[in-house]
Amino acid sequence: MKVLVPVKRVIDYNVKVRVKADNSGVELANVKMAMNPFCEIAVEEAIRLKEAGGADEIVVVSIGGKQTQETIRTGLAMGADRGIHIETDDEVEPLGVAKLLQKVVEEEAPGVVIMGKQAIDGDNNQTGQMLSALLNWSMATFVSKLEISGDEASATREVDGGLETIKLKMPAVVTVDLRLNEPRYASLPNIMKAKKKPIDEKTPADLGVDTAARVKTLKVVEPPAREAGVKVASAAELVEKLKNEAKVIG
Amino acid sequence: MSILVVAEHDNASIKPSTLNTVTAAAALGDDVHMLVAGSGCQSAADAAGAIAGVTKVLKADSAEYEHGLAENVAPLIKAVADGYSHILAPATTFGKNVMPRAAAMLDTQQISDVSGIESADTFERPIYAGNAIATVQSSDPIKLITVRSTAFEPAAEQGGSGAVEDVAATGDAGLSTFVGQELTKSERPELTTARIVISGGRGMQSGDNFPMLEKIADKLGAAVGASRAAVDAGYVPNDYQVGQTGKVVAPDLYIAVGISGAIQHLAGMKDSKVIVAINKDDEAPIFQVADYGWVADLFEAVPELDAELEKSL
Ligand SMILES: Cc1cc2nc3c(=O)[nH]c(=O)nc-3n(C[C@H](O)[C@H](O)[C@H](O)COP(=O)(O)OP(=O)(O)OC[C@H]3O[C@@H](n4cnc5c(N)ncnc54)[C@H](O)[C@@H]3O)c2cc1C
Ligand SMILES: Nc1ncnc2c1ncn2[C@@H]1O[C@H](COP(=O)(O)O)[C@@H](O)[C@H]1O
Repeated sequence: MKVLVPVKRVIDYNVKVRVKADNSGVELANVKMAMNPFCEIAVEEAIRLKEAGGADEIVVVSIGGKQTQETIRTGLAMGADRGIHIETDDEVEPLGVAKLLQKVVEEEAPGVVIMGKQAIDGDNNQTGQMLSALLNWSMATFVSKLEISGDEASATREVDGGLETIKLKMPAVVTVDLRLNEPRYASLPNIMKAKKKPIDEKTPADLGVDTAARVKTLKVVEPPAREAGVKVASAAELVEKLKNEAKVIG
Repeated sequence: MSILVVAEHDNASIKPSTLNTVTAAAALGDDVHMLVAGSGCQSAADAAGAIAGVTKVLKADSAEYEHGLAENVAPLIKAVADGYSHILAPATTFGKNVMPRAAAMLDTQQISDVSGIESADTFERPIYAGNAIATVQSSDPIKLITVRSTAFEPAAEQGGSGAVEDVAATGDAGLSTFVGQELTKSERPELTTARIVISGGRGMQSGDNFPMLEKIADKLGAAVGASRAAVDAGYVPNDYQVGQTGKVVAPDLYIAVGISGAIQHLAGMKDSKVIVAINKDDEAPIFQVADYGWVADLFEAVPELDAELEKSL
């Protein structure tokens, strides 16, 4: 079985994000970028599947500017076999990404698509669900446990009330949550090897997909700042303040 | 045109976040309808019709909707979409799961996690873990939106007189099936709607120490939450997680115990009215957002707080 893993290049999760002075977006110049953490978990899951004999090829695909290649290389260094880069400098919305991925799925015919539940830049949490709809495949979102056997899979999902288990008819789109696994670091030899792995280059036009934006960002602002308050030195002082000053406990 | 709210419910009653979604819908138009897709869901439909501001309930009562599987519910949303300018659902794991699937079927770019409504086509939403707020304008003819509950007051559960109308079921897509669930049972209030929340982090060291927080929670009528580190370490179940990728809460009082205050955690709680932090590291970032910071070892501070509350409440 072939596994397709869509990965996104985003601002590294450790970076303190700053809004641009002209309020057109957030500062991306000279900011450390990395693979979206949820996508790392998806790549890791694909590799484990392959190591366990449940998959024979892992293809990572990413949509974005030239430098997106680095993110694809990261996936290859972790253990994916080859990459597909759909190059565009436009910001493609989840629906557009899903439409591009649909074309890739049609060409590659993977048995499963494993991807992040959410990209930590736009925090949209949409692409997997959309891709699954476009393909009319089954889907499992927010997955913390995945077992694929033949044409069926069992997925445990992290839902608001706890955990839910569903059975999926394969092929399926699976979006992963934090606790599915802990992604490995790429070793130096694997980083070297990854340089020789093939990356196929395409454009949205090659795939015949219109990725024009439906949603326009009018402005981006800082959230209202919270001021640090006061320090207390004892439980008595804290309770007194919560009662009489903040008036939040009775 | 009318606004449709997709209700989150358990077939018997409506989930609280749906009430906040009704308030967001009412800001978009007067005619708020609600879709209740379930199995044996008459009571949920009746409860939906009673919500203040709801003028009509569409009830799709059929076995394939019992567990809210997206592959079955999304086609129903598509089937009833005609005539609505906006379709809204709460940004809970239910809404996040179902709505994008429906959006793609309607060829619409969904707007996730809306925290403010400027006009019928212009919305505010947090991005980058709430480190920025974007104002976005949608050009889609029908707008699909998930709503951040903490940003809207809940609509009153009573006062509406929405008539319940049956709509035809769309059938089982035959793609996925519900197997089972392990829901966390608690007598305490639900995390996202509790007036007070007390959360523990890695500093708690073990799940065995969480009863310390639970004792305080019970005195205050609070819910118990956690950081990702505490959940990952297995101290508490996943549904306790507060943050960018967990639950978003905005209680009157949030007490963070042994939590450092990573941006991903702050994303889920920094809109709380009053924040208290107990941490032994006076440099912990959580103190930058705390109204009341207490630099102390939690294993001394928490029992002391418990005794003080015992005395003075
Ligand atoms: C993609 C992604 C998504 C994430 N999503 C979330 C999310 O939704 N929610 C979330 O919470 N995190 C999330 N995180 C993780 C986040 O970055 C932090 O790692 C996490 O919040 C840290 O949890 P913590 O504060 O409990 O642990 P730590 O950062 O280890 O802090 C523990 C704190 O406890 C204090 N402490 C220790 N012992 C004591 C004691 N005896 N008395 C008093 N204080 C003590 C320490 O001083 C320290 O400040 C996410 C990370 C990523 C990459
Ligand atoms: N530009 C992109 N290229 C490849 N995959 C993407 C892209 N954008 C989103 N995805 C995938 O979709 C997931 C969810 O993203 P989102 O819906 O934007 O929160 C990510 O974790 C990726 O797996």
